[in-house]
Amino acid sequence: MKKFFAQAYVWLLLLLLYAPLIFIAIFSFTQSKVMGNWAGFTFDVYKNFFTGNFQGSSALYAALLNTLLIAVVSALVATIMGTLAAISFYNLRGRKKNVLMFVNNIPMINPDIITGVSLFLLFVFLGISKGYLTVILAHISFCTPYVVLSVMPRLTQMNPNIYWAAMDLGATPGQALRKVLIPQLFPGMLSGFILAFTMSLDDFAVTFFTQGTIGLETLSTYIYNDARKNGLTLELRPLMTLIFAFVLIVLLVINLRSAKQARNNKK
Amino acid sequence: MMKPIHRSSWCLPYVVFMAIFVVLPLILIGFYAFSDGNGHFTLANFTKFFQDKDSLATFALSIEVAIENTAICLLLGYPVAWILTNKKLNKSAVTIILFILPMWVNALMRTLATAELFTMFGITLGKGTLLYGMVYDYLPFMIYPIYNTLQKIDPSYAEAAEDLGATPWRVFWKVTVPLSKPGIMSGIMMVFMPTVSTFAISEFLTNNKIKLFGTIIQEKIYASMWNYGAALAFIMLIIIGITTLLTNNDSDNQVEGGLI
Repeated sequence: MKKFFAQAYVWLLLLLLYAPLIFIAIFSFTQSKVMGNWAGFTFDVYKNFFTGNFQGSSALYAALLNTLLIAVVSALVATIMGTLAAISFYNLRGRKKNVLMFVNNIPMINPDIITGVSLFLLFVFLGISKGYLTVILAHISFCTPYVVLSVMPRLTQMNPNIYWAAMDLGATPGQALRKVLIPQLFPGMLSGFILAFTMSLDDFAVTFFTQGTIGLETLSTYIYNDARKNGLTLELRPLMTLIFAFVLIVLLVINLRSAKQARNNKK
Repeated sequence: MMKPIHRSSWCLPYVVFMAIFVVLPLILIGFYAFSDGNGHFTLANFTKFFQDKDSLATFALSIEVAIENTAICLLLGYPVAWILTNKKLNKSAVTIILFILPMWVNALMRTLATAELFTMFGITLGKGTLLYGMVYDYLPFMIYPIYNTLQKIDPSYAEAAEDLGATPWRVFWKVTVPLSKPGIMSGIMMVFMPTVSTFAISEFLTNNKIKLFGTIIQEKIYASMWNYGAALAFIMLIIIGITTLLTNNDSDNQVEGGLI
């Protein structure tokens, strides 16, 4: 009985959490501007979405491309800079380490709007005109802390002697980094990269304050500007459904696999 | 003998980067907040805020909404985290993932979808829908940290209390809840801070009827009132500082109390 109520409660909340996504998915299969008006089943909205047969399609495509481009570049730079920083932070001691780790944590604690406003003021102060460069620099600044924190635990598990062994055998620090450290730290770097990538994809506020007026839009800012005029337009329904389906499949596959692995390990 | 890898030069790029793009921008908020258009020191930006009834009302409303949202998320989320970590009530490890999964869909899209749903069912957009949408957006941030701490609690504490004759209700309030305090604190922080600073979400969920403090900051900055906008951001920074101190202090005490 207790179990029944507990399960019912959990699933009721999940139902509420998923209701908007499910309704959008349902109404992505009908040609009706107003949600709730079913105008017959069709794939037309998807067809139009992919062929660009709707108003403002080039702007949406450009926004999607920008979002991916900015996320890839920021996450890559963040991963390289963050990994190198993590290696040297890890081996620092005392006050120096505390101060650096504190500063590293600031972008994670700060709300987006503060990060956004502060960077806006920085670019105004330095007289840098806003565009791709400023958005990417801004994204690197809030992505790198996640890489640092993802690589740190791998360093704890690693035996530093293998690095010194490589050095004793005549490797330069650069070679030891490439041949010994990076392969050892790779899982941490990968999860840092993925975290940084998703943080960048999902960002709205920081992009909003650093995008400038050159017409650079990401998916978030595009939706923000579009929604003020038209609400959630018909074309956004298939896009949202596809993103949702993609995330659902990827996460379920990863988690079912790791759950299976954990069970196998137990045996 | 373990010899650490001394490569302090490797962090140089990041340290320089942080100085320019993390520390300097925060100093600039303070600089702009306490100066006028010509860079002279002034408190005018702050006195302007405290004399502006509309901004003050928005500020109060933002704090109110943030507190209400945090309280609702805690009340709804704690039982979820507790049920999901209870071996007798839940065996699946995937359920927690289902709670976190919607976070990967663009937040603005999800918010818009919620607003569309309200319109579809003929519900007028206003404070009620604003709170619903906020809870909807931030509930996972409350569940996850609490879930994590609950999972790490050694079940023998609860068993010991039961053996000594405590009722399940008493075990829950005297053992489980106090031990999960660090998770509750970080959950409160992770919900309260983004809610108090949110913008765009409130406009979407109320059809521009209700403005929150974040929106006012954004409007001032975009109207080129940088000094006033910076002053408002500075006030928000103080609120955030206070929240961080309050939640951190409590969890520190908790750790110390646990050791004794």
